[in-house]
This record gives sequence, C-alpha cells and structure tokens, in this order.
Amino acid sequence: MNDILQGLSQAAQLVITGDADLVEITALSLQVSLGATVIASVIGLPLGAWLAVNRFRARRFVIALLNAFMGLPPVVVGLIVYVLFSRSGPFGVLGLLFTPTAMVIAQVIIITPIIASVAHQAIRELWADYHDLLISLNATRGQRIRTLLWDGRRALMTASLAGFGRAIGEVGAIMIVGGNIDHATRVLTTAIALETGKGEFGMALALGFVLIAVAVLVNLGVHFLSRTERGSRW
Amino acid sequence: MKLTSLALITGLALAPIAAQAEILRLSVTTSFANSGLAEVLLPEIQKDTGIAVELLIVGTGQALALGAAGDVDAVLVHSRAAEEKWLAEGNGTHRREIMYNDFVIVGPAADPAATAQTSLATEAFAKIADTQSAFVSRGDDSGTHKMELALWASAGVEPAGDWYRAVGQGMGAALNTAAGMDAYILADRASWLNFGNKAGLAITFEGDPSLFNQYAYLPVNPAKHPHVKAEAAQKLEDWLTSPRAKDLIEGYKIADQQLFVFNATDK
Repeated sequence: MNDILQGLSQAAQLVITGDADLVEITALSLQVSLGATVIASVIGLPLGAWLAVNRFRARRFVIALLNAFMGLPPVVVGLIVYVLFSRSGPFGVLGLLFTPTAMVIAQVIIITPIIASVAHQAIRELWADYHDLLISLNATRGQRIRTLLWDGRRALMTASLAGFGRAIGEVGAIMIVGGNIDHATRVLTTAIALETGKGEFGMALALGFVLIAVAVLVNLGVHFLSRTERGSRW
Repeated sequence: MKLTSLALITGLALAPIAAQAEILRLSVTTSFANSGLAEVLLPEIQKDTGIAVELLIVGTGQALALGAAGDVDAVLVHSRAAEEKWLAEGNGTHRREIMYNDFVIVGPAADPAATAQTSLATEAFAKIADTQSAFVSRGDDSGTHKMELALWASAGVEPAGDWYRAVGQGMGAALNTAAGMDAYILADRASWLNFGNKAGLAITFEGDPSLFNQYAYLPVNPAKHPHVKAEAAQKLEDWLTSPRAKDLIEGYKIADQQLFVFNATDK
C-alpha cells in the first residue's frame, strides 16, 4: 500500500517538474503506438468493411482467423519480427532492428486483427440496414464500403481506440524488437519493466500511473475532437 | 485536415531518430546494467570519444547471440567458457578482460542453512541443498546462471525439487522473487547493493575467490558482419582499457563499497 502512495506522489513529482526522461519516453510511447494505430486502422478498417459486404467461399474461415489473431501473443509477434529484421534475417539489410520503426511494425501486426474484427462486427450490422438501399442505388462495391465506413465512423473509432489501448500497454513485443535502449527505444511500458527489475517499485508505479493517464487523455482527446457523446446527439 | 494530421503522425512514427553522434550498440549483461556503473561510464564515453553507446541489457546467452547475429557491434559479458566458444565460432575478433567484481550468496537474514559458517562457496551450496532451503535460480542462461550451475556441479549436487525455483528472468526480477519467497540466491555484488527491494534478505556468504566474476569485452567480427562499426568498437575498447576508465570504474561506489576492480592489461 505504501508503495502505491509513494508511486502516486512520485508520479505527481515527475509530471510537475516536467522530468526530461519522462517526457522523452512518453513522447516515444505515443509516437510508436499512435503511429501503429493509424497504420493498422488504414489497413484494418477497410478490411473489416470489405469482409462485411463481400460473400466468398473462405469468408467464414478468414473471419474466424481474424478473430483468433486478436489474441496473438505479443511476445511471439516480437520474436518473429525480431528474427525477420535481425541482421541475420531476410530483412536484416534494412537495419531496422532496435529502432522505433521495428516497434511500430510489431504493434501493427498485433492490433490490425483487433481493429479489423471490431470494424467488421460494426459494419456488418450497418450493412444489414443499408443493404437494400445501396443495392437499389446500384452503388459500386467501393462506394458501398466508403458509405459504410463513413456512416459507421463512431463505431470504427471504438475499433481504433481498442487497438490503441492494446498498443500503448503492450510490452512483450516492443521489448524484444526495440531492446529498451535508453534515449532510443525506451517507452513507458519497457521502462516500467526495467524499474520493476531494479526493485524500484515506487518509480515503476509512478510510470504506470503516467501510462494510464496518457491512455485516458488520448481517449478523451479523440472523443472531444470527434464530438461524440454530446447531449444533443446520439 | 484529418488526412494531413494522420500522415503527420505516421511520418513521425516512421522517421528514424536523428543521429547526432556515432552510435555503437553494445549488448551487456543485466548485472552490469543493474550495477549502475553504465550510467557513470556512458556519458564520459560520449564526452571523450564522441561515441553514443546504446545498451541492450540481456543475459549473457542472449548478449552473445545478438553479437553472433550481427545485431550489436560489441559484447560485454562475464562467462569465460561461453565467450571462448563464441570466439571459436568466428563471431568475434578477440576477448579483452576489463574488470571483475564478485558474486555473493544472498539469503534470509536468519540464514537457516548456516551458509555463513562455511568457508567455500561449494560448501555453502551443499548446505542449502541439504537443508532444502528455498533457492531462486536465474535459469536464463546468463553469466550468473552459468556460474551458479558450475557451483552446483562442483558441490556435487543436482539441483532439483520443490526448493529449487528457476525463474528464467534477469537479476533484478530474480532478486524480487527471492525477496518475496525469502529464498537464497546467487547475485553479483553490484546488483545486490543497488537493489531497492531487499526485504528480509542479506548477504550470507561472500569472499571465496571462486566467486570472482571477470567481465570481458568482445568486438563482433567485421569479417562475418561487414556492417558492424569495427572502428568505433576499437575506440571504445581503447577507452575501456585506459587509465581514465580505471579511475571511473574503481571510483564507483555504492554504500562506500567499491564494486569493480579494473584489471585490463596492455595488449
């Protein structure tokens, strides 16, 4: 219990003094996870919509696979990305291992299935409502997907935020591909793991509280910018 | 507007961190990093040589594997047999001894296995096994783990059973586990002194010369991995073996105890 109080006060101290290291690792956390969320959304949202409006033989199988991939173990994804981007691996010449770019790649792999699955579920319900209208208007497949994505944008935002939530709190994959290098690839979650390893529970908890606060602020910010949950609108 | 901000965030995420200094990647053992010495040496290295050393903090096994794969430019570890095997496989150019510290046996302050009354580390280990006192093993193929296994072997004990817990984690995490279970553990002195969660643990055995822990610096072989920064690795080696490094290493103290003894010799 003491540790938690100490963590809270240490967190407040770090934030108020604008600790340079804290600012750096928090900025990198946001940069990596927001970047991964944007890329994964660009892939996952249209993929979810496409799966909702198309009927093809392997559809069930693809959807089941996508749902299963929501539970991809980050540490395995990290290991695979590590092996691929290691100097001895097929993409080694790119020299991306232990860089923020490799961390973004790993997180994109982890959260794309989540975003696509949640998007697919939302779009499928919308498609049931819009089906007759869009067919009768003779809309092309691309037009249908665009319409559904736009009209379902609030549900899709939830999909992206679910992906962001997984990314910002993720440690297993980015620890392996990023290496937790000070001033280069250290982010909030890997710093927490490090401080725990040093037995510095107060500092670890302080960083944990900062991480939670950052996640809440990002979600609030997105809701504010997209003006959801306003009294006059449902 | 939305699209531009999206593109901006994506661009930020993919932009490589701007390099100000020459960057050298060095994989080191968790015990070296947990000792806190790195935080003293790295800024001085950058000041003197212009090299920004990026540390990858892993166990000795993984540190050597990173070097063998060419993912780091040099390795700083402490497990002679593994280092020599690594060199024999053509992964590095040579091995240069830098400094040593020592291992200690940490355990419950009451010392139920009476390790303090022994004079040899192997005897202390045999007592722990005899009394079936809880023992936490790193179990991660690190230098500390290899040292521990060697001690069990020379004590003639096959460590197994309920009392022997291999956690497969770094020095700090293993110490946390030992603190939580009130168990014995083999730790390097530096990590122990720097550890923040000592709980009911204390050093119960120390001082046997067989517990000395030699750190060596091994540059990765540029013939095998042409992209490694061999020149910077050489510069770093020159610095690490210089009188300046000696002063910093021997001057590093925690709780008034000197942690490392510099013993690099001229080639």
